[in-house]
Amino acid sequence: MAEIKVHALRKEFGDFVAVQESSFTIEDGEFFVMLGPSGCGKTTTLRMIAGLELPSSGEILLDGEDVTFNRASERDIAFMFQLFALYPHMNVRKNIGFPLKCQGVGGRELRQRVEETAKLLRIDHLLNQPVSRLAGGDRQRVALGRAIIRRPKAFLMDEPLGALDTEFRELMTEELRRLHNRMKATTLYVTHDQLEAMSMADRIMVMNHGVIEQLATPQEIYDRPATRFVADFIGSPAMSFLEFESAIEPGQTSVAVNGAQVQVPALHETREPGPLTLGVRPEHVAFDDSATLRGRIFGTEYLGTTQVVTVDTDHGQIRARISAAHPVSPGETVGMTLRSDRLVVFAGDDGRALASDLYQGGTGAAHG
Amino acid sequence: MSAKRTNAAYSVVEPTTTSKRVAGTLVVLYAIVTMIPLLWIFATGWKSPPDSISYPPKILFEPTAEGHCNLFTTRTRQTDEFIESLGPPRGMCDRITRERNMVIAGESNYFPRFVNSLIIAFGSTFFAVLLGTISAYAFSRFKVPLADDLLFFILSTRMMPPIAVAIPIYLMYREVGLSDTRLGMILLYTAVNVSLAVWLLKGFIDEIPREYEEAAMVDGYTRLQAFWKVVLPQASTGIAATAIFCLIFAWNEYAFAVLLTSGTAQTAPPFIPTIIGEGGMDWPAVGAGTTIFLVPILVFTILLRKHLLRGITFGAVRK
Repeated sequence: MAEIKVHALRKEFGDFVAVQESSFTIEDGEFFVMLGPSGCGKTTTLRMIAGLELPSSGEILLDGEDVTFNRASERDIAFMFQLFALYPHMNVRKNIGFPLKCQGVGGRELRQRVEETAKLLRIDHLLNQPVSRLAGGDRQRVALGRAIIRRPKAFLMDEPLGALDTEFRELMTEELRRLHNRMKATTLYVTHDQLEAMSMADRIMVMNHGVIEQLATPQEIYDRPATRFVADFIGSPAMSFLEFESAIEPGQTSVAVNGAQVQVPALHETREPGPLTLGVRPEHVAFDDSATLRGRIFGTEYLGTTQVVTVDTDHGQIRARISAAHPVSPGETVGMTLRSDRLVVFAGDDGRALASDLYQGGTGAAHG
Repeated sequence: MSAKRTNAAYSVVEPTTTSKRVAGTLVVLYAIVTMIPLLWIFATGWKSPPDSISYPPKILFEPTAEGHCNLFTTRTRQTDEFIESLGPPRGMCDRITRERNMVIAGESNYFPRFVNSLIIAFGSTFFAVLLGTISAYAFSRFKVPLADDLLFFILSTRMMPPIAVAIPIYLMYREVGLSDTRLGMILLYTAVNVSLAVWLLKGFIDEIPREYEEAAMVDGYTRLQAFWKVVLPQASTGIAATAIFCLIFAWNEYAFAVLLTSGTAQTAPPFIPTIIGEGGMDWPAVGAGTTIFLVPILVFTILLRKHLLRGITFGAVRK
């Protein structure tokens, strides 16, 4: 297993810059997820690390060795594709054994290792079946088997669960994570699904337009998003944003929004009067008739134990996750209190989160 | 078709019994219409020369191998005394020939012409498919400069009938010594077929996801190995379909063959009409020659039938 170091990696396709200079390090044995909307450069980055795409500039170090321009076959990595890429003209046994065969392993050792791998993934009963007859989850396991049989330095996975239906996806999320805990293999996983990322990752790197927006643990990313993009992308339903204009002084602990003074974590920056955004997660909103922050109920989305109520204010919509038992009627005017220690203020121009007590130190009240 | 609404359970996708029957009848009728000429040729091959040109045409006749004998032999007319002096006839053809007051003088050119056809048609098909596969793969997978223009250029070679360039090719071939050579015919048919092969195969290879090769390359194969072991097996359907199209063209081609071959490299199509018997065309021999000529294509197509059916409808149904 190995550490992957990426330094100032850049990729252009003609005039289009797919990945801006990116630098990050994936620790040995880490489950590292690259997350972002389609076209954000995450797959391109992955393919450059795999050797399927050559970077325009920058370097990639695998276990300290510069592999930037090495062929894919010379990197000792395994790659899992979204469509699994199982060879349709081979059966399960041949598919799993393929990477070993490429290395010239044959005979008994090949047979034994294929069977070992199949047992580990609980597909040993399918070994002689053609891959075309397998269900989605089993295909996934065969693809996984083909990746782990070689015991490579790192696993790269490009949305491997994207083609599965929901049921299998949840199952495989668990299985992948369990397998990772067992093998402690450096894993680089690309997805656009934030739930997948949150539930599996040791660390997440959020990308947008070829730029790394934030690289941190899942909880850090959820609680302390570095930019408005991250805050919006992570969480379901997403964070609500209230646009307002104000100046900021260091030490300021409240902002005026929608005719109310909203308590926020003490801010540490100085800003001229200008556009700002207040970000609040749905679970940090409570209805309180005496509150000064008021809005009209637009609608509600019933989710079983909870409901997500959308409230219109003059500065934007707020979504509140509240108990499903609470009766709401659209059109009604309600007051809301926001959990002040968890609010984030974003700069209006570049979307960066302003420094505040929430971002200081990490632990404390904010870290619940 | 006439899918009439009935009171019984009605499905929009399942054809009704009536429409199935109508469709079936039409297919059978069409098959009969297209089969009649072939059946007629086959029957002519087993008729005697007088039967083959009798009017009204004979549907029922006494079959004879005369046509086949005449196809493979050359004969000379001899006097009865000479024939008497030869002793008993050796084999069936000898006997049939003597009944017509002739003796077998030697073998005809049909067999060598047939072999020429086999070599030239299969040879050119092999090269057209080989070049087509490689170029189609390159167009499909790599950034080829001016790829669209090149593809259009390749297609444009088929926009005029090939025979339009027959005279220049004839002169060129005479100059470089390719006239009446198998190599010359293989080159010519390859050149005509390769554009079809590139276009057909590009479609097939485009449909094979790149991930297969990429997976193989990550797993330790070079691109060439990945192409050979992963892409080719999956393109087998397309390759088979393309090969059949190329083979049919090269096998049946007549105009160039007449113009460019006359002796050693002559193929069967220009040879068959030259079979002349006593007092004009020997129709039973022509019928026999044509029937035998159809066999290789028939066998090849039956062997690849499974691929062909999937190949012709390619793109219609995604895997």
